[in-house]
Amino acid sequence: MSTTMPRHSRDPLAGVPPTDSTIALTAPNHRVAKGASGATGRRRPPTTFAGIALRTPYWVLTAGLALLFLYPLIWTAISSVSPLAGTNQTDGWGFGNYVTLANYQAGIWVYLLNSTFVSLLTVLLTLTVSLLGGYAFARFSFPGKDLLFLSTLAILMVPYATLLIPLYVLLNSVGLSNSLVGVALVLTMFQLPFSMFMMRISFESVPRELDEAAMVDGCSAWTVLWKVLVPAVKPGLITVGLFAFLAAWNDFMAPLILINDSNRMTLPLAISNLRGQVQGVVDYGATEAGVVVLALPCILLFLILQRHYVRGFMSGAFKG
Amino acid sequence: MTATLPAAASAPQRSGSRPSRPARTRRGRRNALTGWLFALPTALFVLLLFGLPLALVLQMSASDWPLLGGNQGFNLPQNYVDAIDNRFFLDSVWFTLKYTVLTTVILLALSLGLAMLVQESTRWKGLLRTSFLVPSALGLASASLLFYVIYSPIAGPFAGLMKAWGFTFLGTPDGALWSTIFLIVWRYAGFYMLLMLVGLQGIPDDVYEAARIDGASRWQTFRSVTIPLLRPTLALTTVLCVTGSLLAFEQFYILTKGGPDNSTITVVQLIYGIAFQGQNDLGVAGALSVIVLLALVVINIAQIRAFGKKAED
Repeated sequence: MSTTMPRHSRDPLAGVPPTDSTIALTAPNHRVAKGASGATGRRRPPTTFAGIALRTPYWVLTAGLALLFLYPLIWTAISSVSPLAGTNQTDGWGFGNYVTLANYQAGIWVYLLNSTFVSLLTVLLTLTVSLLGGYAFARFSFPGKDLLFLSTLAILMVPYATLLIPLYVLLNSVGLSNSLVGVALVLTMFQLPFSMFMMRISFESVPRELDEAAMVDGCSAWTVLWKVLVPAVKPGLITVGLFAFLAAWNDFMAPLILINDSNRMTLPLAISNLRGQVQGVVDYGATEAGVVVLALPCILLFLILQRHYVRGFMSGAFKG
Repeated sequence: MTATLPAAASAPQRSGSRPSRPARTRRGRRNALTGWLFALPTALFVLLLFGLPLALVLQMSASDWPLLGGNQGFNLPQNYVDAIDNRFFLDSVWFTLKYTVLTTVILLALSLGLAMLVQESTRWKGLLRTSFLVPSALGLASASLLFYVIYSPIAGPFAGLMKAWGFTFLGTPDGALWSTIFLIVWRYAGFYMLLMLVGLQGIPDDVYEAARIDGASRWQTFRSVTIPLLRPTLALTTVLCVTGSLLAFEQFYILTKGGPDNSTITVVQLIYGIAFQGQNDLGVAGALSVIVLLALVVINIAQIRAFGKKAED
């Protein structure tokens, strides 16, 4: 578990979003190698690893691999609108499977709304808690600080199921049984290790001179955070928000355990239950349509915010 | 582990500095009370939604606690005895371990290979990276549902083939295991590739150049340079993958439902089953949860030791 972190960086560019649109992995290597001076310029791996020698097999192999990863997605998207076997869509190509899906039980809109509510609330709570907490951890000393940070990271060490069963009892006892708010609270807690780590190092990479100058000018800690620091840590916030959304939108186990009322189910749960509802016969077409509805927002968000997704890995926040 | 990975351009830089003590500057101390106020939401979340449930699961594991009846009093050794005596306990432990070893070995080897394949930043390799990463954006439940259809003998793309050659994906214990491993590899290969890439980028070029000057072959370079210098990353990915696999639930719950013949029940599925399906015994489920928690801590410590990590304070 990481407890030793650089106090802060003096690099004035740190925390500022890169202007080019390339994936962040193409960024120059900042690691200070043993014995070497700080590496700055763009580095390329030696050509021995590039596989230049054998061009054609390389193209075939890599294109085949890419296809292997994309094929299940493409196949699902296409067959969800096709009249293939195992569906109720018998009238040729079209959106029949989506109509079946839309009319499933309480109606797909209810589940979409539930999922959207849980996801947005989780994102909002995660952003708020980790913004305030990251600021506290990066800029203040207070008794119990290290203990609190370590406890936050310790959430990673505990199995999901180990916590969800007592959480089910606890939420029931405070009147949050079957509550989407309860699910969002739980999902926020599970997001905290990553988010807190991410926000702490985001704040620590902002030069202290920036907020100290504002403090001298008589701004309160709150104003400094809101006016000076939030713009500087915006990339970190986007990463935290993206991960929180993907986790909440896709989460299966928390709503499975915490939600019993079928009108409050989230989308993954509803689509999983959709199989085998009609006299034990699985409507594969409607399931495909459901997978598309589930996956599409995630894939679009991922493609749009890919750079921010990659930052989550570069930050070292997975090293809890 | 913090100082071992490079930072992205936009991410904060960890400039390889010595581990630093908490800032004790004049201004760093400015106001403990303000600091606590900002940390208060974190403290509440950690205390109420993490500390409290953790304490409660300990209490549950020591109590007679039916799902609907609530706490019925002390039942200490019995819950743990019942958990271990469960007829699926040994099978599920064995299956979970087998699944974990297979998944970890295959997933990490493949993702390291992928990472080395797309290491350079050309347009084509960027495209490849994105293709490998797209499945990572899907939820585990979505991916499992997707493969549930693909493996189907009625609607899947291999339905014709399955009929003609008379095989199924999920019909036999081995088939179900390998089909699930394939799904997990598909879903997570890009994720681990990205972690491997971060590690590979942390290896300075000078070392490769030195190896080349010394006339090392590609395989020698890989074995004697890449692997040793990638050790921290390999440790991290192994711990993540082992932890994730030991706690496997969704993929089996959705894809195989534990079948065929209860051959693919993982430990977490067993906990879920005891708590909410049939037995409805939160006491025994709590005891099993505590056992899993302790096992996980022991396994992770053993792994970190095995990788010869420097002690982290």
